[in-house]
Amino acid sequence: MKILICISHVPDTNAKIPFKDGQPDLNGISFVIAPYDDFALARAVELRDETKGKLTVLNVGLADTEPTIRKALAIGADDAIRVNAHPHDAFYVASQIAAIAKQENYDLILMGRESSDFNGGQVHGMVAEMLGLPCVVPCMKLDLNGNVAVMQREIEGGKEVVEVATPFVAGCQEPIAEWKIPNMRGIMSAKTKPLKVVEPVAVENYTHITKYEMPPQRSSVKMIDKDNIGELVRLLREEAKVL
Amino acid sequence: MSNVLIYVEAENGAAKKSSLEAVSYGAAVAEMLGGKAVAVAAADLSADHAGELAKFGADKVLHFGGTVNQSSEIAELVAAAAQQENAAVVVTAKSINADLAVPMIGVKLKASVATNVTALPDLSNGFVVTRAAYTGKAITQVSLHSNVKVLSIKKNASGTKEYNKTLAVESFNANISASKITVKEVKKQTGEILLPEADIVVSAGRGLKGPENWGMIEELAKTLGAATACSKPVSDMDWRPHHEHVGQTGIKVSPNLYFAIGISGAIQHLAGVNSSKVIVVVNKDPEAPFFKSADYGIVGDAFEVVPKLNEALKAAL
Repeated sequence: MKILICISHVPDTNAKIPFKDGQPDLNGISFVIAPYDDFALARAVELRDETKGKLTVLNVGLADTEPTIRKALAIGADDAIRVNAHPHDAFYVASQIAAIAKQENYDLILMGRESSDFNGGQVHGMVAEMLGLPCVVPCMKLDLNGNVAVMQREIEGGKEVVEVATPFVAGCQEPIAEWKIPNMRGIMSAKTKPLKVVEPVAVENYTHITKYEMPPQRSSVKMIDKDNIGELVRLLREEAKVL
Repeated sequence: MSNVLIYVEAENGAAKKSSLEAVSYGAAVAEMLGGKAVAVAAADLSADHAGELAKFGADKVLHFGGTVNQSSEIAELVAAAAQQENAAVVVTAKSINADLAVPMIGVKLKASVATNVTALPDLSNGFVVTRAAYTGKAITQVSLHSNVKVLSIKKNASGTKEYNKTLAVESFNANISASKITVKEVKKQTGEILLPEADIVVSAGRGLKGPENWGMIEELAKTLGAATACSKPVSDMDWRPHHEHVGQTGIKVSPNLYFAIGISGAIQHLAGVNSSKVIVVVNKDPEAPFFKSADYGIVGDAFEVVPKLNEALKAAL
């Protein structure tokens, strides 16, 4: 089975991001594979092994994302494609992925349900629409039975089991697989696995981020004695007016 | 082209509260643009409940006779309605199915898309929306350039507002292609308040020591008419189902009131809750980082505080 895993290169989720002149200051912040993409990658490696297939990792990004791509190769992807462009917005990224997928005819196109930088949750749906493929999000379990996938998908207040034949797109989340940590052999072999750099297709910009700000800070916490709980109830009703 | 189209999702025949917020949001945008607010709903909205859409701001309701269960079907319905109504803006509330329909609608309409929008747009210089990014660690202003804009709004982006317009319902037909996805089984809890819809959320963490102790959390939620939620370790240990997990890799909520009980407040948990209006933290550790992000705090053992809080609320509400 021919599998494509699309990953985002995002700031470490533990990082505190400072802002300077309305822009995020990402100097000195370490970057990782976006957490949901990392779950999808882990399952993609397992499915590649099960089907004795081929797993390609794709990232839309400038040269600074290559260490993140190499990490995906160390975890188990067979080869990599980097589209040499700044990932301007979801439509831009989806257009690049769709352009490559049209040539390669992947059976499975996997990614996370959203990235942890822009949290758009749009790329999977856009890629599916551009390719005319079905799309399952958020996918928390994916098993293959020949060319039919049985998936568990989270819905409000529960889950549903869906079936769809390949090819399709899925946006994944935990607990689809355990995150995989690269071992020494993986890290060594990742250095020599093929990483192809391709130039982007031309895409119109539909959106533009004009400003970043810190979210409004909460004024300092008001502490209430545990033996005076009635006071909390009063404050919630009269001061916060939320009851 | 200045009309606004709002997709309305229903539950048990009535529009979801989040969809009513979307209608009010859409009505406010339509006023800014000098156009009409048109709602589109499928057969899951019963005719008896269509009136609520006019109450909260819809000038017209397009009622589709069929059902749309998959995101691709929602996308086709909404795109067809948007084209018929010459909509400049399409609005949906966040939901699992609508969230996936939104990017599909964007591609169909060659539209600019913004998800997780937290406030009304600023039209003073183009069309600029405010949305959360970096999992709640940043607020961004995004300028949308296309003729058509598709927005999905977070809970409490504008709230509901009563307009009490005159109801006009039109039946609407669209050719919806059958989805290639087959639903084999649905396991859904019934009779509970759904987490993304809830005005109040009662969330608990490892401080509760085990799944057998969740009874008091459920009691408290019942008293408040709240949904229950949990931290990531709790869902990882299977103490609670995954769809209750709130945080960076779980559900992001923005209720009016969020109770965090026995949750230390790791940055990944805060990411899922920091757009809540009011946060109350109960933790026996006075150094718990969550207190720094709370509005009200109680230092105390959950096993002592929660039952007392429940009694006090029962007496007051």
